[in-house]
Amino acid sequence: MFIEARHLNKHFDGYEAVKDVTFGVEQGKMAALLGPSGSGKTTILRMIAGLEQQDSGDILIHDRNVNDVPAGKRGIGFVFQNYALFRYMNVYDNIAFGLKVQKKSRSEIRARVTELIELIGLKGLEKRYPNQLSGGQRQRVAFARAIAPDPGLLLLDEPFAAIDAKVRKELRVWLKDMIVQVGITSIFVTHDQEEALEVADDIIILNEGRIEQMGSPMDIYLHPRTPFVAQFAGNSCVVDSLPGFRGFPNLPKGQKILIRPEFVDAFKKDNSQMQPFADRAEDGVITGISFRGNSLEVRLEVHGIPLLTSRSLERREIRLGEHMNVFLHRVYCIEEEHTQVVENELLKDISME
Amino acid sequence: MRKKQNRVIPGFGLTMGITVTTLSLLILLPLASVLIRSFDQTPAEFWQTITRSNVIGAFRTSILCALLAAAINCVFGLILAWILVRYDFPGKRLMDGMIELPFALPTAVAGITLTKMYSDQGVLGQALNRIGIQGSYTRVGLVIALVFLGFPFVVRSFNPVLQKLPPSCDDAALTLGASKSFTFRHVILPELTPALLTGFGLALARGIGEYGSVTYISGNSAKNGTQVVSYVIMQKLNSGSADYVGAASIALVLLAISFLLMFFLNLVQWLAARRTR
Amino acid sequence: MKPEDEYGMKPKKSGKTTRPSAVQIALILIGVLFFALMLVWPLIEVLYRALKDGWELYWSAVTAENTLSALRVTLLAAVIALLVNTFFALAASWLMTKFDFRGKSLLTTLIDIPFSVSPVIAGLAFIMMFGRNGLATPVVNWINDTFGTDISLVFSIPGVVLATIFVTFPYVLRELLPAMNLQGRAEEEAAAMLGAGGLTIFRRVTLSHIKWPLIYGMVLCAARAFGEFGAVYAVSKARGKTFTLPLEVDALYMSGGAEAITQAFAVSSILVLLALIMLILKNIAEWRAGKSEEQEKA
Repeated sequence: MFIEARHLNKHFDGYEAVKDVTFGVEQGKMAALLGPSGSGKTTILRMIAGLEQQDSGDILIHDRNVNDVPAGKRGIGFVFQNYALFRYMNVYDNIAFGLKVQKKSRSEIRARVTELIELIGLKGLEKRYPNQLSGGQRQRVAFARAIAPDPGLLLLDEPFAAIDAKVRKELRVWLKDMIVQVGITSIFVTHDQEEALEVADDIIILNEGRIEQMGSPMDIYLHPRTPFVAQFAGNSCVVDSLPGFRGFPNLPKGQKILIRPEFVDAFKKDNSQMQPFADRAEDGVITGISFRGNSLEVRLEVHGIPLLTSRSLERREIRLGEHMNVFLHRVYCIEEEHTQVVENELLKDISME
Repeated sequence: MRKKQNRVIPGFGLTMGITVTTLSLLILLPLASVLIRSFDQTPAEFWQTITRSNVIGAFRTSILCALLAAAINCVFGLILAWILVRYDFPGKRLMDGMIELPFALPTAVAGITLTKMYSDQGVLGQALNRIGIQGSYTRVGLVIALVFLGFPFVVRSFNPVLQKLPPSCDDAALTLGASKSFTFRHVILPELTPALLTGFGLALARGIGEYGSVTYISGNSAKNGTQVVSYVIMQKLNSGSADYVGAASIALVLLAISFLLMFFLNLVQWLAARRTR
Repeated sequence: MKPEDEYGMKPKKSGKTTRPSAVQIALILIGVLFFALMLVWPLIEVLYRALKDGWELYWSAVTAENTLSALRVTLLAAVIALLVNTFFALAASWLMTKFDFRGKSLLTTLIDIPFSVSPVIAGLAFIMMFGRNGLATPVVNWINDTFGTDISLVFSIPGVVLATIFVTFPYVLRELLPAMNLQGRAEEEAAAMLGAGGLTIFRRVTLSHIKWPLIYGMVLCAARAFGEFGAVYAVSKARGKTFTLPLEVDALYMSGGAEAITQAFAVSSILVLLALIMLILKNIAEWRAGKSEEQEKA
C-alpha cells in the first residue's frame, strides 16, 4: 500500500465526523471517497493532508507514519474545492509557488512551470490572474500548482463541484488522463456516484463517518453490501418484501430487497415479441415519466411497490397511467455485509420453452 | 498528545503570545492597577469619595449630556447617512469624505474652536444669545461639543446597513401599496435598529468619558452643573496633593459604566447577528 | 469581468431619475446645514482665528521653540504607537482569523476596551502603574538601579508614548479583522500544503489581500494619535519637553491673553493640516480597500 489510513477518528464540537476509518490505496491508483455531505469524506482527506489532526489513528505514506509530519512536509499535493488559487499571483507565479518555497533555482523553476503550463494546455495565459480565468482553467492551474513540487500523492477535494455540468464531463476525462499520464497516486472526494464510478480505480463509500464498503467500481456496483451502497451507487429501489410477485417464492425474510433499473423489464400489453415474458409478467401502472436525454426514466407501481426502469426512445410511446407488463429478472437480497442475487425462478421455464 | 487545532497554518503560539502579552502589559495591567489602587482605602471611604456631591453631579452631567448628544446624533446621523447613501447632490463626495473629521481633528482643537464659536464673541454664540440661550460655558455648549465628537460614530454605523438595504426593498413595499412613511417605519427602521443602538452606544461611551473637547466649552463649574467626570478625575490628579486614590475610585465607577455599556453593545450586535443569520 | 454587487447594480445609484421630492430636498438641506455648521464652520473658524492677527504672529507661533518641541514629541509618540499597534494588529488578526480557539470572543472584547474607556482613565492607569507608589514602580526602580539607567515611565516621553498607544490600541486591528475574515483561510492552507512557512505565507499570500485595509487602519490610528489629549495630559507636565501639540494648544489657550489665544489657534492649524492630510489618505485607502474587497467577493 502506498497510502494507508488506520482507525482514524475525528470529532468536532460533540459530533463524530469520522469513526474508525481504515483503508489503503495502492501506488499509482486513483481512489474516490464517495458519500453524501456530512459523511466525513472531506475530513478524511484533510486529515491525510495534515490540514486536520485526527483524534486517534495513524496515517502512513510509504509505510512511514506521518502523524507528526506537518502538512507541507508530507509530500502531498492538494487541489482545494474552490481551488484556493492565490488571487494576487498570476498563473505562472501560482504554479511556481511550491518550487520557490523549496528554493529551487530560477532556471529549474522556469523549466518545470513551462512544462506544466504546456501539459495543462494553458500556454499563453501565464500572465493571467485567477479572476481572468474560466472555472475549468482555474481547475487546471490548481492541478498544476499541486503537482509542481512532484508530490507522491495527490488529493482532490470535490474537484468538479465548482464547474458547470457541460464542462464537468470533459474535465473529468482530462483529469483522469492527466493523472494516469503523470502516474501519481491520488484520492479524490466526491458526492457524485457517476463521477466516482467513471473515474476511480477504487471507491470507498462513506456514510455518517463510517466506511460502508470499498472496492472496484464494478465490485461496488454488482455486489453492494448494504442498502445504502446499493442506493448510492446506481438508482436502486429498496423494499422489504415483494408481495404478489410470482417467481420469487423463496425470498429470505427480514432482509432488504434491492431492485436496480436494469433488472426491470416493462413492455406494452400488446407486445407480441415478449410473449413468453408476458405470460409471467406482473401488471404495473406508469406513475411517472422523465426525459433523460438518451432515454426515458419510467416510474411504475406494481402490487403497491414502486419500481424504476429506463426505456429506449426508439420504443413506442407510453403515457402516464398506462398499464404495462412488468417482468422482474432478478433482485439483490442484502444481509449484513453480504449481497445475494436471487434470480426470477420463472426464467427457467422461459429458457426451457 | 496535546490537542492541536488546525496546525496547518503556522504561527498560533507566536501570535497568541504576542497578542496576550501586548494586551496584558499595555491595557489590562494598567487598568488593573486603577482597581488595585482604589482598594487603598476602606469601603466607607470609597463610598464617601464617590458620593460627594460634586462627584455625583459630575456623573449626572456626563451621563445626561452624553445621552442627549447621542440622541441628537441619531437623528442627524440618520439623515446624513440617508442622504449620503440614497440621494445625489453636488458636494456629496466631499461631504462623505469629511464625515470623519471629528475622528481626525484633535479634541483640544475642536474644544477651543467650538468654545470661541459659541461664546459671546462668536457669531453663533451671539445668534444663540439673541434667542436667550447661552452657548459656551453651559450645558448647551457641552452637548454641542459632544454632538461634534460623536456623530461620525452614528453615521458610520448606519452607512453599511443602508447600503446593504437595496432600494428595491423599499420599492417592493411601495408597490405593495404602502405609503412612504409606513415603509420607513416598518421596513427600514427595523433594519436600522441594531445599527442605531450600536452608533448610539459608541457615541455615548465616547461622550461619557470625553475630556479634551468639553473641558473648554463647559466652563467646569460645579455650581452650574457643567463639571464632567473626566474633569473631576483630572482635577484630583492635578491638585497640589495629587489625590490618586480618589481619582482611582471615581475612575473605577466610570470604568464600570463603560463596561456595562460595552456589554450591552456586544449583546445588541450578537442579537442582531443571530436574527439575520 | 466587472464585479457587480449582489443586486446587480450599485446601491448608491438608486436609479431614481424622477424629480426630487419635497421630503428629499428638505432632508438634503437639513443634512447639508448640519454638516456645514458642525464640520465646515469649525474648520474655517480655526484658520480665521489663527490668521486673525496677521501672518507674522502666526509664523512666530508656529515656529516657536515650544511648538517645534511639541511637534517632535507628537510625531515620535504617533510613530511609536503606530508601529506597536500595527505589529500587535498583525499578530492578533492572524490569531483571530486563521485559528479557532476558546476565549476568542473574550479576547475581542478585551482588545476593544480602549474604545470605551475615557482617555483620562488611560492616563491615570499609567500613573497608577508607574508613578509614585505605582504597582510597577519597584520593577522600574530595580532596572534603573541594576543597569544604572534613568528610566522614568510617567511624566516623561515614554509615558506620553504609552498613553498614546493605549488610546489608539484597537484601531488598526478593527480595520484588519473584517478584511482578513473575508479572505478566509483557503489560500493560506494551500500555501502551507506547498510547504511554505509562516512568514512566507504572510508576506507572499496574506499581505496582498490586506494591504489597503491595513493602511486604512494605520491612517486612523495615526490620526487619533496626533490628536490625543486627555490621556497624554494626565501623564505629561513639562512644557517644551514632554508636551505634544494638543497640550501646547491647551497651554497657550489657558494662559488667557488675547495673543496667546491666537497663538493657540495657530498651533491648532498645524493639527488641522495633519488631520486633513490623514483624512485624504484615509479616503484613498478606503477607496482602494473597497476596490480590493469587491475583488475578493468576485
